[in-house]
Amino acid sequence: MSFTILAEAKKIAKITLTGEIDSLSAREFQKEIEKMAAESPDELVLFVENLTFISSAGLRVLIFAKQKMGSGLAIYIVKPQESVIETLEKTGLQHSVNIVDQYL
Amino acid sequence: MTDNRIDYYPTHEHEGIKFRRGHTLPFGATMVANGVNFSIYSSASTSCTLVLFERGEAEPFAEIPFPDEFRIGNVYSMIVFELNYERLEYGYRMDGPYNPAAGLRFNKSLILSDPYAKVIGGRDTWLAKPNWDNVYQYRSRLAFEDFDWEHDHPLETPIEDLVIYEMHVRGFTKHESSGVKNPGTFSAIRSKVAYLKELGINCVELLPIYEFDEWENSRESPTTGEVLVNYWGYSTVNFFAPKAGYAATGKFGMQVDEVKTLIKELHKNGIEVMLDVVFNHTAEGDHRGPTISFRGIDNKTYYMLTPEGYYFNFSGTGNTLNCNNPVVRNMVLDCLRYWASEYHIDGFRFDLAAILGRAQDGRPLSNPPLLESLAFDPILAKCKLIAEAWDAGGLYQVGSFPAYGRWAEWNGKYRDSVRKFLKSDPGEVGGMIQRVMGSPDLYSLRGPTASINFITCHDGFSLYDMFAYNDKHNEANGENNNDGANDNNSWNCGWEGETSDPAINFLRHKQVKNALAILLVSQGVPMVLMGDEVGRTQKGNNNTYCQDNDLNWFDWTQKETNADLYNFARCMINFRRVHPVLRSPTHFQYWDYVGSGYPDISFHGTKAWNCDRSSSSRSFAFLLCGDHAKQGIVKDDMIYVAMNMYWGGLHFELPALPPEKKWYLFANTDMPSPVDIYENGQESLLANQSDFLVGSRSVVILVGK
Repeated sequence: MSFTILAEAKKIAKITLTGEIDSLSAREFQKEIEKMAAESPDELVLFVENLTFISSAGLRVLIFAKQKMGSGLAIYIVKPQESVIETLEKTGLQHSVNIVDQYL
Repeated sequence: MTDNRIDYYPTHEHEGIKFRRGHTLPFGATMVANGVNFSIYSSASTSCTLVLFERGEAEPFAEIPFPDEFRIGNVYSMIVFELNYERLEYGYRMDGPYNPAAGLRFNKSLILSDPYAKVIGGRDTWLAKPNWDNVYQYRSRLAFEDFDWEHDHPLETPIEDLVIYEMHVRGFTKHESSGVKNPGTFSAIRSKVAYLKELGINCVELLPIYEFDEWENSRESPTTGEVLVNYWGYSTVNFFAPKAGYAATGKFGMQVDEVKTLIKELHKNGIEVMLDVVFNHTAEGDHRGPTISFRGIDNKTYYMLTPEGYYFNFSGTGNTLNCNNPVVRNMVLDCLRYWASEYHIDGFRFDLAAILGRAQDGRPLSNPPLLESLAFDPILAKCKLIAEAWDAGGLYQVGSFPAYGRWAEWNGKYRDSVRKFLKSDPGEVGGMIQRVMGSPDLYSLRGPTASINFITCHDGFSLYDMFAYNDKHNEANGENNNDGANDNNSWNCGWEGETSDPAINFLRHKQVKNALAILLVSQGVPMVLMGDEVGRTQKGNNNTYCQDNDLNWFDWTQKETNADLYNFARCMINFRRVHPVLRSPTHFQYWDYVGSGYPDISFHGTKAWNCDRSSSSRSFAFLLCGDHAKQGIVKDDMIYVAMNMYWGGLHFELPALPPEKKWYLFANTDMPSPVDIYENGQESLLANQSDFLVGSRSVVILVGK
């Protein structure tokens, strides 16, 4: 599978996404988010340096995360590739997330 | 949540694919628990097969015939389990008789698109060369319908307050001067929202964005060698799917999200979105055209047929959608409801709408059920409905379109009157008086909001070309200049085409300003064609439907090179927006019903209170009393507009103001920029309060405050 999740559920939830998120892998991504939502994290940090593509279903998981974890949740997208940034921009999601080069 | 519904589980299996009986409604492919519900109507077929593809694959991975027990009435439905929503492409094979004389054209060797598909694949990137050997060119796909709209909602701006901007999605940003990422796409328009706002536009009307095939009838231009394509897109492949090739994300199948994101952004900035919708015909053409969907699924339901089984052609393009067949009527209704509710569309402009009022045999109906249904539909209740009230079959209904208190019309008579007046034709003053009042001669019972006023639109000359060309120059279209309209009422100001003569160029710019000024002070709803505010030229081509190039693209450098026009347009549009007296929802009544001492509107000439309407007259003026704004509900300034299309200057005696008010100059098209127009609120006090010399072929606007 071209997609892996490394999760450490505490107040800051971290997930590393690699490869492509399409509707199949988005389901696993969503399951992880659901698990983490139970812990009510304040921040969701997605390490995406090796993510090459995020599909419509993948974008929906981000919106789902906000809905599930509350609108106060800060989402960080760390080191996205240009194509992923473009997808977020064209679909208007860049306003709902923080795109950063590094998460401290 | 309990998970014990029976329909969550398959009952049947075919080639390893699991499925069960589906739900007949809604039509189309809908995501349901664990699967996808497919439902399709066909009245005369004998059987139907669902064809499933992995995205982009040449051959389907499964073909599932609908078992007989899955058909209720004329509807086939099934739920298929475990499908990958984003990778799936589907279609249908319909079996049945091939008997054109009886209106039946079934051919089960073809794979057909779903008329209710929400996304169509196959033309994902604009002008990417298709594989012509593909067995299934226009592939039905699924769309997610759970977009995050936040608090967005259609704006419901009163129609009389709109300034509509007729725009082509690709043409707006495709020119290299646009300086945007992904030029020519929905996403790129978002980078230009600030421009629209500054210009004062509060509604964009998008030329067709339903999926069409830009390759349809593509050929080479005889003059330039460029490929000529279906650029305007008035040829629908599918009514529910947005044009993938207009989306930067079309290659990923994410056009639905991209369009919705654009609409959300425009709404945030107070700009409504209207769609130009083409329900009069489809891309399948006549009997020689391709079979894409409707023809193969239910030919005699979807199309108006002659008694011999050929296609009626009231659209001028080969076929005519059978809009008043009850099934097709419902499809149109479903479609518009879908766009209004799922895409938050604020209104629709119906191409060749007179066809929507024809019976199944082509007769015009006095009480067309489709038009009535749309007018009274609960979901469309706040949408603007605008008819192009004529068709190519000769039905001309400007002023008489069945309106049910809801429909507005593209006022073709407004366009014709203003054009003739601008080129100094005699006998136009009487007509112009009607036009600036919102055409009460046409819409006495419907009010000025029934009148969509325009001087130019995509179809015909651009505004600049109206004053640069006497004749059309359509050679680049490769039809020996036979295409396009001949009755343009244009005038080249003394030289055909581009010139370096400063006097002619000054006059052309003046005429553009005259046109914009008249349009924006007329009662009714103004519509501006994209680029007219910067003097966009089509080099004399008045039918640029096939030109994907500079003839159609907005050249952003013109905002600087024609800065005088842009500045004039911006100030005029914003003048209309700040003066409610220009935007009455009801017709003026010629009398003083608020006790201001002035009638709501009055007409004048070189003598105040004395308008020369004789056929030799080419000038008149009108005065709006601000105390009557919005029927006296709000207070506005006095506004006086003098229009002199005579070729000599004329002294206009000004109507006297109440003693506490003075006349200020807002616009005088006879003056060079920047003293041709003033910013709103910064008008210039007139030294002479009783007389104004209006130059030859000029419009003067004064504010009394």
